[in-house]
Amino acid sequence: MAQTAEKPNLTEARIAALSMPGKGWSVAAREDAVRRLRATGLPERRDEYWKYTRPDTLTQVAPEPAAVFENDEAPLFDGLDRLKIVFVDGVFDAEASDDLSLEGVRIERLAEADSDLHWARDLYGTLETNGQTPVARPLAALNTAFATDGMLIHVTGVTSKPINIVYRHESTTSDAILHHLIKLDAGAELTVLENGPAAARFNKVMEVDVGDGASFHQVRAQGRDHERRAATHIFARLGAESTFKSFTLTANGVMTRNDCVIELTGDDASAHVAGACVGDGAFHHDDTVFITHDAVNCESRQVFKKVLCNGATGVFQGKILVKAGAQKTDGYQISQSLLLDEDSQFLAKPELEIYADDVACSHGSTSGAIDEDALFYLRSRGVPLAEATDMLTLSFLAEAVEEIEAENLREEINTRMAAWLGRRRG
Amino acid sequence: MLSIKNLNVKLEEEDKQILKGVDLEVQAGKVHAIMGPNGSGKSTLSYVLSGKDGYQVTEGSATLEGNDLLDMEPEERAAAGLFLAFQYPVEIPGVGNMTFLRTAVNAQRKARGEEEVSAADFLKEVRAKAKDLKIDAEMLKRPVNVGFSGGEKKRNEILQMAMLEPKMCILDETDSGLDVDAMKLVAEGVNALRSEGRGFLVITHYQRLLDHIKPDVVHIMADGRIVKTGGPELALEVENNGYADIMAEVA
Ligand SMILES: Nc1ncnc2c1ncn2[C@@H]1O[C@H](COP(=O)(O)OP(=O)(O)O)[C@@H](O)[C@H]1O
Ligand SMILES: [Mg+2]
Repeated sequence: MAQTAEKPNLTEARIAALSMPGKGWSVAAREDAVRRLRATGLPERRDEYWKYTRPDTLTQVAPEPAAVFENDEAPLFDGLDRLKIVFVDGVFDAEASDDLSLEGVRIERLAEADSDLHWARDLYGTLETNGQTPVARPLAALNTAFATDGMLIHVTGVTSKPINIVYRHESTTSDAILHHLIKLDAGAELTVLENGPAAARFNKVMEVDVGDGASFHQVRAQGRDHERRAATHIFARLGAESTFKSFTLTANGVMTRNDCVIELTGDDASAHVAGACVGDGAFHHDDTVFITHDAVNCESRQVFKKVLCNGATGVFQGKILVKAGAQKTDGYQISQSLLLDEDSQFLAKPELEIYADDVACSHGSTSGAIDEDALFYLRSRGVPLAEATDMLTLSFLAEAVEEIEAENLREEINTRMAAWLGRRRG
Repeated sequence: MLSIKNLNVKLEEEDKQILKGVDLEVQAGKVHAIMGPNGSGKSTLSYVLSGKDGYQVTEGSATLEGNDLLDMEPEERAAAGLFLAFQYPVEIPGVGNMTFLRTAVNAQRKARGEEEVSAADFLKEVRAKAKDLKIDAEMLKRPVNVGFSGGEKKRNEILQMAMLEPKMCILDETDSGLDVDAMKLVAEGVNALRSEGRGFLVITHYQRLLDHIKPDVVHIMADGRIVKTGGPELALEVENNGYADIMAEVA
């Protein structure tokens, strides 16, 4: 698509304000990424897949300042046995982080890995590059080019505990760009947890290469920091008989765009992406998912639920592309919103594009108010209106939360959601 | 216990009068039955008493132990001791039956300024009461009424009633859709709750439930009014002759 007149200026201004970090192996990949970025230009409102979400605050040179959210809750996942890695405003905090050693994994920082023989050399930016077609994802190319740090995680075996990347936000003007790269060898297993407010503006890419028979689980929570602006991308490639499961909980945030791009390239693989979000007021949340089936007998599942009130906006753009030859594909997609009032809106664009004949794909999108009969039933048993509304809200979100495989994590997320809802009504 | 005076109710959205001056007095310890043809307003009466939206009271009053029911939120009516066993219990996916019951019991206790019941005590009590109603552990774990058969839903209503120990129980066609065995179970559940301090209003279309739950007073409702009141023999009269005779008689 031809670029508009302003687009190159917008893009060049942003590039000029950034400096390319890194020496050694990553330089070539970063320079390639700049070329990709220039070729498409930064997103504008008229671009496809940006119709419902204004990209300007994500693309402008300086971020909108964002107040640091005073949180009195204990951080999520605190009680778990995990390996903790902390970034403050996008800067690695060695003091606060655990020792980066865990059996079956090699963990390093992108900023420090400059050996030319590094494993990441052949992977960094490649899944992001694949993910640029058929739909451009310029903010991800920008990330690959200018990421200041991130974790390089090479999993060779079955890990005994999750890696928890914790983000902290301390500066009202921070503009963080992090790029994580995760490679799971055949049969390897890893769970990554992410939580915490990252920065005033956050651009994050996670590339995940899931080897044959490997399994990757992600549970992340985008916290209650109201003024957050974030654009995140997950790019995953799945080998034969591998499993990928990702769940995201989002609350608040004036601008959150989460892209998830998955390619099923090996037979019998399975990818599940789920999101539960609760938005109130000046909240804008966009889930854009693109799943490509390019192998036989693979399964994919998208479950997205949004609860919106006081003028909040939720967006879902989800696509399943089944390539010729990807027979026996089982694709499922559901996106639903629960609108607690008439001021809120849910904009959904579900898409199926199928070039194989022996497939079962279904998608559905609904938008509705709370079930008045259920509400009355609960109240008639003595449950007060606010509590009954919360119960029905949690039950609406349940199908997404159930996508979390580990029971302890599921419980933790459920407890936190219940607390958030309870807190909202004071 | 329950006192209804000249209750007139219309639909909120339409100009349609449904209850046209209902008078009814249920004393503590008594079981009253309301029978009547379909569409006579029996369910509407139960909904208006428990506070469902969509109805407008144009005249009259309803009090529970002297407290104005019509002025309370549905949850306040429940905490005040009113219970409605629904004609069509609602399915609530994603909310566990057990969680729901415990939330309800504790919410009512809280509203009355009582201590919450401990998880262990609650569990013990639910299990015992569920067993009497032949409700198994599996059913308690499932989402509220989801995938329950008609009979299971009705037994689940009675379990809720047993756990909440209300003062005034309204049962709306709890017998419909039940086979004989299930009806006996439900009736036993209700009879076990009969006591000095508790009133019952049993709405039914057929007489057969009243063989098991013996009423003290029987009312016939037609076209939004109580048209006849009598003893248990009135139910038998309906059973034998249908409503037509009574309607003709009061017309
Ligand atoms: N919410 C409603 N909307 C429209 N009509 C209603 C509504 N509730 C009750 N009605 C009407 O009121 C009348 C009485 O209904 P109902 O109380 O259900 O009777 P019963 O329980 O005795 O069979 C019927 O004509 C019914 O169609
Ligand atoms: Mg009825």
